[in-house]
Amino acid sequence: MILTNLEAVTGKTVKEHLGLVQGSTIRAKHVGRDIMAGLKNIVGGEVKSYTQLLQQARDEATQRMVQQAEQLGANAVVNIRYSTASVMQGAAEILAYGTAVILED
Amino acid sequence: MVASDVVPASLLLAAGGETAQGIMTIVVLGIFFLLILIGLFVGKTVEKRHLRSLAQREAVMHGLLTTNLRKIPPDWDVTASWLVTGSVVIASDYFKSFGAKLKNLIGGHLRTLETLLVRARREALLRLQEQARREGADGVMNVRFEFCTIARMSGNQGIPPVEVLAYGTAIKFAAGPVDGSA
Repeated sequence: MILTNLEAVTGKTVKEHLGLVQGSTIRAKHVGRDIMAGLKNIVGGEVKSYTQLLQQARDEATQRMVQQAEQLGANAVVNIRYSTASVMQGAAEILAYGTAVILED
Repeated sequence: MVASDVVPASLLLAAGGETAQGIMTIVVLGIFFLLILIGLFVGKTVEKRHLRSLAQREAVMHGLLTTNLRKIPPDWDVTASWLVTGSVVIASDYFKSFGAKLKNLIGGHLRTLETLLVRARREALLRLQEQARREGADGVMNVRFEFCTIARMSGNQGIPPVEVLAYGTAIKFAAGPVDGSA
């Protein structure tokens, strides 16, 4: 599966457009992470546990998008975008979306 | 007899309550100033160290061609392309949070927030570039920044941590790496 946030993949032509695919995940922070983050709010600096949370959320959203593309029989997703929405206090959605395509050399 | 016994006791109690309250106020204020001081000194050190590390790593990444062009120019001979990402969550320190809250009342230029955002963006971009280079890329196209709000504290507790996600498409040239300035 080729993933790109460009509109095309160089050297390959699009044989078929399969339409929009998306994956999302909603994450909430938990108390254990909050304690460390509370300390970080005093001294400043990177909150590693939150960085990790963000990475996991991003990876999961991407993976769900890829799964959907695979179900459609695509071999690439082009023009990928990430977007976030705040659902409620302490929880947020990360959305990955793009266009599933079948590429040909 | 009974009444005279009760009155001094209640007076004493009331007086005791007031001193206890006074002590509590002093303790709370003391903790507040302690946090401000810790924020001021430790926060400044952490920030300086981060800025130094950013400058060093940016110098190393200088040769990597990084653009936000949406299309690869037709005359570039690109052999491979793939998605790369970088993310970071950075918290402000207590001193700056407090300063920003005060400044927010007056309005104007929130410089402390600015430096926090700039640091977060530079760090996210660097992580993206580091991933690209690790995976053998010669450049990154269509770099975008996205701000998230997962870590936002419930309630109004000063500046929320800044969460930045950077993403782009790493590319590899047929001719190998080029000079970033070309």
